[in-house]
Amino acid sequence: MEYEAVIGLEIHSELKTKTKIFCGCKTTFGAPQNTHVCPVCLGLPGVLPVINKKVVEFAIKAGIALNCTINKFSKFDRKNYYYPDLPKNFQTSQFDLPIAEHGYVDIEVDGKPKRIRITRVHMEEDAGKLVHSGNTIKDSSSSNVDYNRTGVPLIEIVSEPDMRTPEEARAYMEKVKAILEYIDVSNCKMEEGNLRADVNVSLRAKGTEKLGTKAEMKNLNSFKMVENALTYEIDRQEEVLEDGGHIVQETRTWDDGKGITISMRTKEQAQDYRYMPEPDLVPIVTTDEQIEAIKKTLPELPDARKNRLIKECGLSSYDAGMITNSRAMAEYFDEVVNKGADPKLAANWIMGDLSKQLNAEDKTIEDSPVAAADLAKMIKLIENGTISSKIAKKVFGEMWKTSTDPEIIVKEKGLVQITDTGAIEKIVNEVISSNPKPVADYKNGNAKSIGFLVGQVMKASKGKANPGMVNKLLKEKLTQ
Amino acid sequence: MKVSKKDVENVAVLSRLKIADDKMDKYLEEFNNFLEYVDVLQKVDTENVKPTAHVLPLQNVFREDVIKPSLDREKALANAPEKENGYFKVPRIIE
Ligand SMILES: [Zn+2]
Repeated sequence: MEYEAVIGLEIHSELKTKTKIFCGCKTTFGAPQNTHVCPVCLGLPGVLPVINKKVVEFAIKAGIALNCTINKFSKFDRKNYYYPDLPKNFQTSQFDLPIAEHGYVDIEVDGKPKRIRITRVHMEEDAGKLVHSGNTIKDSSSSNVDYNRTGVPLIEIVSEPDMRTPEEARAYMEKVKAILEYIDVSNCKMEEGNLRADVNVSLRAKGTEKLGTKAEMKNLNSFKMVENALTYEIDRQEEVLEDGGHIVQETRTWDDGKGITISMRTKEQAQDYRYMPEPDLVPIVTTDEQIEAIKKTLPELPDARKNRLIKECGLSSYDAGMITNSRAMAEYFDEVVNKGADPKLAANWIMGDLSKQLNAEDKTIEDSPVAAADLAKMIKLIENGTISSKIAKKVFGEMWKTSTDPEIIVKEKGLVQITDTGAIEKIVNEVISSNPKPVADYKNGNAKSIGFLVGQVMKASKGKANPGMVNKLLKEKLTQ
Repeated sequence: MKVSKKDVENVAVLSRLKIADDKMDKYLEEFNNFLEYVDVLQKVDTENVKPTAHVLPLQNVFREDVIKPSLDREKALANAPEKENGYFKVPRIIE
């Protein structure tokens, strides 16, 4: 039978506030264990949480950017949850009146656009970190708890089960990340757990409507993990169904090292969160004027920016999409173009040599040793014929290593393109006289052999001869 | 009877409570009394009553995003039944 996967994502994003959601403890990552804690975030009896104004503002901002309706009346609830990473035995979250609902984001996979609906965006507190005594939770006789992260503000973005492939799930998560980065409400550092996803997936016979039983995988904190875990889980479920078995509704953990999902049974028998209104926090009422005011602070979002690059810079949809996927990359591109470089060349260099080097050295564009202004200068040197594209690759390599101004590199290394006809003619004559066979081949009608001769001239000039002029001169001489 | 013995047992598990065998009948009766009272409340006409989100007539109580000192770690861990290297130590989490 042919199956279809039905995938939904719950994305948790930490907000970049200075303090936690309900107390004044710091949110900075990496502090010594249990040093960013106080009676409120430790859940000691008798304390009173008060919500951080910035959290509400950021959540509304995210809601608007994700095309949601903002609920003008919103409240907090307690979600019963027995796990030692939260000291209160409940998580303060939102249940029936989340801050934002009914949104969507548009994604594109293999050139095909698709709209993924967003059910809701709600505010909640993050949980602490567990350090297990063994290698895994399963072989640990005890665990140690660090509550520094407990109470760090989160928004949870819940999608409708609108995705059908691991690639769509990845594209959706990438788009949500890009939007959160653009509106500057989250650091989105996935390696620090700022952004992580709970993924649920079920299978159904293709062409049918009824949903199958789903399995959930929690806390996936990279795009690759989301894609790999889903690919594995879809195969696993298909195998179970093909063998006449049935899927158990459960939480499974993704073992990234082994590349498999594992069933995880906790002491919790049936999940029953038994939400109740949070009596310690009062409702949040937002006016149209406040929503409008926040809307005005939103920057140009990824889709709008992409369309601008297509229209104003003539980039392809693919290139524009790649560049605008990251706010930092888009800003870098804009700076290169604003400094006078040709947009298409700028896109080629950013997505080509620059991205290749960044990936190879595991760097982000923010710490690129090649400044945008220098890349613009280099591209202008190509445009005005001072250097060839081939030489530019050398210059770029040098810029990457030394962060030097390309004009200085070109001067010091003597890389200026030879455009002097006399100088090129001299080399061409030498090449013709020392390669009688290819010359004869060309004259006998083998047009291809000119490529070899051009290569020889370029080699003799150390790549500095203007290739167009070499071609023209060679043809002239050979047809005389 | 609205509530069965099984329901009481389930609520006890969800609440991490142990119920002594000789108390079961007592709780069963009390649970049923609660729910009978809820039945009485259900009969009240609430047609024109707005849902209550909070019992106090308050809204929008906010804090500015300003850092305040945290607790000293020794104090934070003072009441922990078990601790280790500045961590709260907890028993095995899953079965
Ligand atoms: Zn605190």
